[in-house]
Amino acid sequence: MIQDGKKKVWKDYQKEIAPDNYYYARSCIRQNFFPGSEETFLKIVRLILGKDVYDDPHQTTCTGIAYHSDIIPIETTMTVVARQFSLMNDAGYKNFIASCVTSFGIYSEMLEAWEHFPDTLDDTKQLLKSATSRTFTLPENLVHTSDIIYKFKDEIAEKAKYRLVNKQTGKPLKVVEHIGCHYAKIFPNKGVGGAEFPNVLSGMIETWGGEVVDYPERRHCCGFGFRNYIIKENRGYSLSNSKKKFDSMEPYKPDFIVANCPGCSFFLDRWQYVLAESEGKTYGKNGHGIPVLTFEEMTGLVLGLNPWEMGMQLHQVAVEPLLDTIGIEYKPDDKYKGKNGEYIGTPEKPLILLS
Amino acid sequence: MSNLLEKLQKDIRYIDGLKACINCGVCTAICPAAEFNDYDPRQIVDIVQTGDEDYIIDLLKSDTIWYCGECLSCKTRCPRGNTPGYIIQSLRQLSQTEGYFMESERGRQQLEVKRKIGDVMLKYGYCIHVDEIDTIDHPEQGPVWDWFRQNTEAIMQKLGANYKGKGAGTLREISETDLNELCNIFEVTGAMKRFEIIEKQSHDSRR
Repeated sequence: MIQDGKKKVWKDYQKEIAPDNYYYARSCIRQNFFPGSEETFLKIVRLILGKDVYDDPHQTTCTGIAYHSDIIPIETTMTVVARQFSLMNDAGYKNFIASCVTSFGIYSEMLEAWEHFPDTLDDTKQLLKSATSRTFTLPENLVHTSDIIYKFKDEIAEKAKYRLVNKQTGKPLKVVEHIGCHYAKIFPNKGVGGAEFPNVLSGMIETWGGEVVDYPERRHCCGFGFRNYIIKENRGYSLSNSKKKFDSMEPYKPDFIVANCPGCSFFLDRWQYVLAESEGKTYGKNGHGIPVLTFEEMTGLVLGLNPWEMGMQLHQVAVEPLLDTIGIEYKPDDKYKGKNGEYIGTPEKPLILLS
Repeated sequence: MSNLLEKLQKDIRYIDGLKACINCGVCTAICPAAEFNDYDPRQIVDIVQTGDEDYIIDLLKSDTIWYCGECLSCKTRCPRGNTPGYIIQSLRQLSQTEGYFMESERGRQQLEVKRKIGDVMLKYGYCIHVDEIDTIDHPEQGPVWDWFRQNTEAIMQKLGANYKGKGAGTLREISETDLNELCNIFEVTGAMKRFEIIEKQSHDSRR
């Protein structure tokens, strides 16, 4: 009886994640700032987990950043979302997976709007028809790509080459997990664990041997803020919010940060660089920063993928201290080599932040 | 009833965002923008609830409505199911369609947002593009970004991306047919008209 009650209480925090056959909606930010992460995701899900994922050349931006910067009407975003669903229909898929957390929030918001304001669904159908001659049906399952990795975290653990453990001490790594706001804060029932107990990243971390850091500002926004970052004069907002998080997590001495949102991964990496160069403050060990990983990179490292083929040389906070702590085998010189082994030069060193 | 309030009440975000605010201030307590700016979402909801035309005009002309970062933490926390962030979105829309956005410094920034995000979407099909981002406007990108930009093709190739290539893949070139569909959607749904308003009013204000 008590068990039944518990199951009922936690039912709202569960989420249906389709087991296979995914239509992959890419992320503008992830493709530009972490171009190796989406290829890593596809490699893991297709080649290691053996799932079917369709990568569609016809998709475009979901308009999420424009929508949340308020330069376009909601009808535009609704119709672009409808076109993405139409493309999914054309490809013969029913399970839509979004790489971007902002996009995931956008798709969820438009589905909710169509449900609660049915006239807007009729209007969208007409607008899409008139703009593109297209029709569309809704996906049966909509999840974020981190949900897919979460679903198969045990299978990944069985295939893992490394665990999130300090090779020297044998102790679990201390990991800060950052969930993008639009993953579950808008629609808590759309996220694993809801907004209160988001388990999508902590589930991966604990399954793979790590220990999650529960620090005071764990659920605070990274500070993207859309127009508050896009406009240079407003960017202090973004920096200040990230700093608030760094100051809060610092006493716990995290080994690394992982985020499921491409924007958050970027800001938590780059604002450490800015704080080091402008204030001389570093948050990692011995003058380094705290490495910031995308969830695809964390999964790839556990599975033994090459960090330089996943694009980890594009982080401003160097990841080598983390690789060494885990005991990952890698070739330091390959960081600055092209596909055929040719040397392509090195970035300039930051003045303060060790790299 | 206020004319502007009537217009707000046609926006589904306003309808969904304002149910029964009790002005408890939880939204302000959780708000990342309120922490670092002179900004109070509770007060904004209070003003629109009055329905007073003059108060709403002042709001639409002010910097206040432009501070929100749209993280939507307020949606999670409101004990009455309101979403001040959605109300802000409806106010920003109204401020632009009515031309009031030109009255505030923050509102005038819409021109830069339109050119950095709106124009890039129509040019590339992505909302941002590596070829358009440099460390002069974005010094926070750091030296690694300069290195990436100097070696974009080589690095993208190593990572298995399809940078500017045909077909599927990371940062592929989006075909003209697909870009045309995107542009047509922008045309029929009012985004092009919004862009014209932003450009024209910004241009006229400089005269």
